[in-house]
Amino acid sequence: MISARTLLTASILLAAFAVSACGETPQTASAAGVKVDRPAYQGVGDSPFVSPGWKVGDRASWEAGLKARAQYSQNDYTRMKP
Amino acid sequence: MARMKFICDAERCIECNGCVTACKNEHEVPWGVNRRRVVTLNDGVPGEKSISVACMHCSDAPCMAVCPVNCFYRTEEGVVLHDKDVCIGCGYCSYACPFGAPQFPSAGTFGVRGKMDKCTFCAGGPEAHGSQAEFEKYGRNRLAEGKLPACAEMCSTKALLAGDGDVVADILRNRVVQRGKGAEVWGWGTAYGTAKGEKS
Repeated sequence: MISARTLLTASILLAAFAVSACGETPQTASAAGVKVDRPAYQGVGDSPFVSPGWKVGDRASWEAGLKARAQYSQNDYTRMKP
Repeated sequence: MARMKFICDAERCIECNGCVTACKNEHEVPWGVNRRRVVTLNDGVPGEKSISVACMHCSDAPCMAVCPVNCFYRTEEGVVLHDKDVCIGCGYCSYACPFGAPQFPSAGTFGVRGKMDKCTFCAGGPEAHGSQAEFEKYGRNRLAEGKLPACAEMCSTKALLAGDGDVVADILRNRVVQRGKGAEVWGWGTAYGTAKGEKS
């Protein structure tokens, strides 16, 4: 014969188990999704690896710096006239 | 506005794998993951051609189209990047990419496959520029340091060009016009001289 006390304990445990799923955090992908990335011309802050010759935060200066770098380091016809 | 692109000149690539090494070293890419590879066509046959391949940062990226969790995004500079905190490692992008760019580490959060890793055009990811978190997840952010990708800057023969699409297209166009075609490409004219009236 099951005592009333055992029955009560079992019912409390069952109820606790039943509502446990209500505390789960949602795992669906949020609408926000991907974190926002800053543009590259904003720079990396204080770093010894930053290339000199351009102004952080100035898009035109950053683009001009990259263009000059591409011409100097990748276009050998600018240094070797045939 | 700058629109970042890679071009590989098959006439110049000598399959030295310097670009692969530069990439792995710069970003401390784990063993088994190759963000960049050198592919050789007709290997061992006279006239073989090699090209260096990585993510081409497509204007209409198939990976971006098939991703079920929308972890991809395109930066203002036209670089296709992804958020590893959103990626679930499903591998759809790997099937969609025509260049075989998406790579999957063999150990990680999701067991045998892990989260996708690919070339970032040395532009990091959606973490604070130059932060340790960005370096650990995506590698160094050279673009925000005012530099071009390490693979292209380290290329000894300047076969691999990277930068603003207009600029690299101009460099390649000028190169093709200057070098002509046939034997001239290999520099025989420079080495042994040319016959009178013949273009070197």
